[in-house]
Amino acid sequence: MRHVYTWSAIVLMALTSVVGDVLLARAMKQVGDVHALLRRSGVLAVVGRILGNPNFFLGVAAMACAFFSLLFALSWGDVSLIAPAAASLTFIGNAFAAKVFLHERVDRRRWIAAGLVAAGVALLAG
Amino acid sequence: MTFRKYLVLAGVAVFAATGDPMLSYGMKQVGAVSVHDLPNLFAAILNPWVAGGIVLLLAFFASYMNALSWADLTYVLPATSVSYVLLALVARFALHEQVSLRRWLGIALISGGVGFIAGGPALTSHAHDENSAGASAVRETEPASTGVDR
Repeated sequence: MRHVYTWSAIVLMALTSVVGDVLLARAMKQVGDVHALLRRSGVLAVVGRILGNPNFFLGVAAMACAFFSLLFALSWGDVSLIAPAAASLTFIGNAFAAKVFLHERVDRRRWIAAGLVAAGVALLAG
Repeated sequence: MTFRKYLVLAGVAVFAATGDPMLSYGMKQVGAVSVHDLPNLFAAILNPWVAGGIVLLLAFFASYMNALSWADLTYVLPATSVSYVLLALVARFALHEQVSLRRWLGIALISGGVGFIAGGPALTSHAHDENSAGASAVRETEPASTGVDR
């Protein structure tokens, strides 16, 4: 039963991380290139545009959920399993979600990169 | 990709790799905080390592948002996974921890993954052609303003 709880929390953590990353990425794409924006209208305008974006707050809320899932997972399992498992799942999940929701062109090069990094993270922290 | 943008990506990796260990080091000094004693959590912020860790993680978040404003999520994430490699190198050469063969293999895989995306375009989501010059032209969502910029 303990394994079920731990893995549920890991999957929940990966899911909420993916949702958070996708929402933050979408928010920042709507804000536009920060470097160009800074040159044109200054720091306050950039901060205002970010804080005025609803996707930004939804993304931060999802990240907070991911953090609480981490706390739950840690109360049931070892950090040496949870951290790499959740990070690896997040890398793969993000590649799918970016393709579907952000319409990024995830070509073979990027799939291989996501797979290699996910495998590397699993080995590194395991 | 300009030098400044590479600097932002490096910032994401460095701040992520330094913020968490600093926070963890500080919290070990503070000791376990019980749920019934939440005011202690605020006292923890007074620990210089915890405060430093929070500043670094804020810097991480700022550079991460900056990078996402001009690059794909599937570009930023692998590119900044260099932070895992940095962490292992810090553990080996600054903290003199033993790094196993398994971890070196992990480092090699991550470095390989970073190498794979490094040669490709940073932004594809709004671009309809392969070259990044065309991509940045499409990216201009702001209407051209009329001579009142700084």
